[in-house]
Amino acid sequence: MLAALAQGLVFGILVGALYGLAAVGLSLVFGVTKFLNVAHGELLMFGGYASFWLFTLLDVDPFASIPLCILFLLLIGLLLYKVLFSRMVKLPTEDKIRNTLLVGFGVGLILQNVALRLWTADDRGITPDYAGVAFTVLGVRFPIVRVASLVIAFVFLFALQLFLRRTYTGKAIRATVEDWEAATLMGINVHRVYLLAFVMGAALAGVAGTLVAVGYSVEPAMGMHWTLKGLIVMVMGGVGSITGTLVGGLILGVAESATAILISGNYRQVVGLVIFILVLLVRPQGLLGTKEG
Amino acid sequence: MLKLEEIDAYYGDLQALWGISMQVNEGELVALVGPNGAGKTTTLRVITGLLKPASGSIHFHDHHLGKEPAHKIVELGISQVPEGGRIFTGMSVLENLELGAFLPKARVNKDESLKWVYSIFPRLEERMEQRAGTLSGGERQMLAIGRALMSKPKLLLLDEPSFGLAPILVEHIFEMITEINKQGVTVLLVEQNIRAALELADRAYVIENGRVVGQGVHEDLLSFESVRSAYLG
Repeated sequence: MLAALAQGLVFGILVGALYGLAAVGLSLVFGVTKFLNVAHGELLMFGGYASFWLFTLLDVDPFASIPLCILFLLLIGLLLYKVLFSRMVKLPTEDKIRNTLLVGFGVGLILQNVALRLWTADDRGITPDYAGVAFTVLGVRFPIVRVASLVIAFVFLFALQLFLRRTYTGKAIRATVEDWEAATLMGINVHRVYLLAFVMGAALAGVAGTLVAVGYSVEPAMGMHWTLKGLIVMVMGGVGSITGTLVGGLILGVAESATAILISGNYRQVVGLVIFILVLLVRPQGLLGTKEG
Repeated sequence: MLKLEEIDAYYGDLQALWGISMQVNEGELVALVGPNGAGKTTTLRVITGLLKPASGSIHFHDHHLGKEPAHKIVELGISQVPEGGRIFTGMSVLENLELGAFLPKARVNKDESLKWVYSIFPRLEERMEQRAGTLSGGERQMLAIGRALMSKPKLLLLDEPSFGLAPILVEHIFEMITEINKQGVTVLLVEQNIRAALELADRAYVIENGRVVGQGVHEDLLSFESVRSAYLG
């Protein structure tokens, strides 16, 4: 039992880092633009398929394909923003959330069907030579692709944190999150900030998708599942807190695998929703989030 | 320097400004006073481009402001301290000031501007690393003004800088505003604290129900109900 729990803990952390990465993109977009992009999971899926194609058709190593996936998702993000989301920029916040929710669902459905057409409904995974390699510490298995994925997720979150804290552009993004009107009065072009946050969110989804494809698998219906995880983790972490979102991701991952071991695999999905409701009841600002003012 | 002519502005279907005309000359400290809801803040929003006027023209030097987006207007040298300061509470004092110098032109002179702002508000230098949300009311207002000065504006628009402050702090803030004006920054001051504002300003406009109803130095304005009640009340 103890060994199973230890193994579950490790697997939970490994998948949790990806939940964190998926949620950070969603959270960045929501925090800055107040767009609830429920097609975030589908963007993640496209990142996964992009690296799948690069691997199967061109023999590109999945980890090496990350920059290309980022580029690909930047373009998709740019397209989505220019064609659809930019039209909702000027709406009041409430309408913005509602309308982007609807548009996001529509985009999600389209992307799902495109994926179905291009890659069929089968689960696709990326299997480089080292796919099955694992090392064992005290009887606990650490599959190296998943460990590498965790490291990469951490690196991206750390880089994002640095970018937001240290650069002028990052500070402009944070200022826009807090008060877009005051940000405008600083001479910040908030529409550019919105666009930047949106495409960065898409790019982060692309990275997460690649890591999911190499450590697990991708299929056309996975998007909603990942958007939901992202939403749960975003609320847990508190919008705008990267550290909080990462911690939230890890907690969700561990809670899921603990539930699967201690209760039953059937309750795996339920635990996230229970945590979601509990956080909303007890700490609506998120685990590490701060209250306004 | 700044000239508004016959400005009409709306919030949705509601007309907020009716033919507002006013002028601010280089080096002046002009007050815009009037009761709550008269259209003072709206006038500032129209100048900074946060609200587009339905008709009329706004000129700043040779530039026509009416259609420029708000972030471009800042570039021309107009800086606004919004009502309540609207500082970025989640960021440090220094980060707030850095954002004040966001524009490329201002960024080049950031260190110099910082020195200038710290010389006016030494308290901000002491609090540099502190999160802005932890500042007191007076310090927040200092930060808001300091942040607006970081772009080295030619024209500073102040919206109710005395709001919610203790009288002793109001006096201090007003002294600083005079000092900033003396250092060559033209100031347009919106105030509900009519008495203090009129004493401070070179000239004033009185605005009621979205219309300019009077202008002049403060002795000229005593005939206005809102001005008189400020003195008597």
